[in-house]
Amino acid sequence: MEGALVTVRLAIVSMLIGFIFGLPLAFGQVYGNKFIKGIISIYERIARSIPLLVILFLIFYGLPRMGIRLPEFLAAVLALGLRSAAYQSQIYRGAIQSVSGSQMRAALSMGMKKFTAFFYVILPQAVRIAIPPIGNESAILLKDTSVVYAIGMSELLRQGFYIFTNNGEATTILLAVALIYYILTMIINKLLSLFEKKYKIPGIGIEVGVNE
Amino acid sequence: MSNNHLLRIENLHKSFGNNEVLKGISFHLNVGETKVVVGPSGTGKSTILNHINMLVPPDQGHIYLENVDVTTTTDIHKVRQEIGFVFQDFGLFNHLTAKGNVMIGLLRVKKMDKKEAEELALFELERVGLTEFANSYPAQLSGGQKQRVGIARALAMQPKLILFDEPTSALDPELTGEVLTVMRSLADEGMTMLIVTHEMGFARTVADEMIFMEYGKIVEQAPPEKLFTNPEQKRTKEFLFKLTELYSEGEK
Repeated sequence: MEGALVTVRLAIVSMLIGFIFGLPLAFGQVYGNKFIKGIISIYERIARSIPLLVILFLIFYGLPRMGIRLPEFLAAVLALGLRSAAYQSQIYRGAIQSVSGSQMRAALSMGMKKFTAFFYVILPQAVRIAIPPIGNESAILLKDTSVVYAIGMSELLRQGFYIFTNNGEATTILLAVALIYYILTMIINKLLSLFEKKYKIPGIGIEVGVNE
Repeated sequence: MSNNHLLRIENLHKSFGNNEVLKGISFHLNVGETKVVVGPSGTGKSTILNHINMLVPPDQGHIYLENVDVTTTTDIHKVRQEIGFVFQDFGLFNHLTAKGNVMIGLLRVKKMDKKEAEELALFELERVGLTEFANSYPAQLSGGQKQRVGIARALAMQPKLILFDEPTSALDPELTGEVLTVMRSLADEGMTMLIVTHEMGFARTVADEMIFMEYGKIVEQAPPEKLFTNPEQKRTKEFLFKLTELYSEGEK
């Protein structure tokens, strides 16, 4: 099913866009000055309060009026990714703040530059903390990719439609589509929990008491 | 000025909102000297330490490390490398082993190569008696061990001076001893240290000089023997008497 492939591609690229924009947004929210914080919070409020479909239409049908015509795929991942960035940045912000504080102070006191400290001290821990909520966000995003069928992309759902308009077995086909979403979501969760286990910090969490 | 002054603090002032925490603090520290700052909570002791490496800049006054004015330097990162800081809450990096905690500054700040950094880290961990815990993560260590890692981490940077901000306040009495032992041996080795603590017994035996502070001012400054036996200010006597009694009771 190439529809599933399109869905997966959409989800991965959007997630990446969300990460690439979301992480600096989070950094700015925690360490930025008032001005930066203000701008970011406006962006987030907007991105989180407009329905995804509206964002998608604005990018796909709205931008061409300003002379910017984007291909379907790009418009789709931008809409999904920019919205996800807002959600992801909240996740990273929380994670960063839960590590920061005394460790940041300690790193600075050794003469580390703020960015170095962020990169080598705060981030490695924040990423670990962010894994479970990111799993959540990926699962939501994966399913939200279905809205792009509204701009005519043949992703999983639309391909399902093609099939059942040809042979009429709507319920079976939709169930099959649902099953594929289910499997994809399971795969994401599995991968992330493997990742979580692999990078677990000894002594923190359930493993406490394992040491002698 | 004397070249022997490693650290010279002049007329520090700091307010947080309407609360004036420091009201003109001046003192100095010679090479190899250990000074202990004591006083009731909230008198600005820790604030002074935070000013010295500019984690919190003072409102007024100057701090000189050798001849560099810390408060106006353009390269604070360089100055901070020369000042070790040991925190009350340890400030260890939880995702790194004890060895990793000691190494990270060497790798990322001093740009040492990995092998060299590792050797030095192991050496410093040995100094604080933690060789066998080099590969343990902070969450697997006791409070006293964590603080010793904190000290090893500060030592590895080869600082000219180490600041201790109530290093044993988060530890129970049993674990306090192991940290104080390490600090005592550093003092004996000639490390220059500025220590904020409530451990009067330790202060009395280790300090070259003690500084008694209250309400953002230095009340009295003298070698411990004089301060304990023959203080000039009545307030000093009251405070030291109370604390000594409190702590010796706790120790039994």
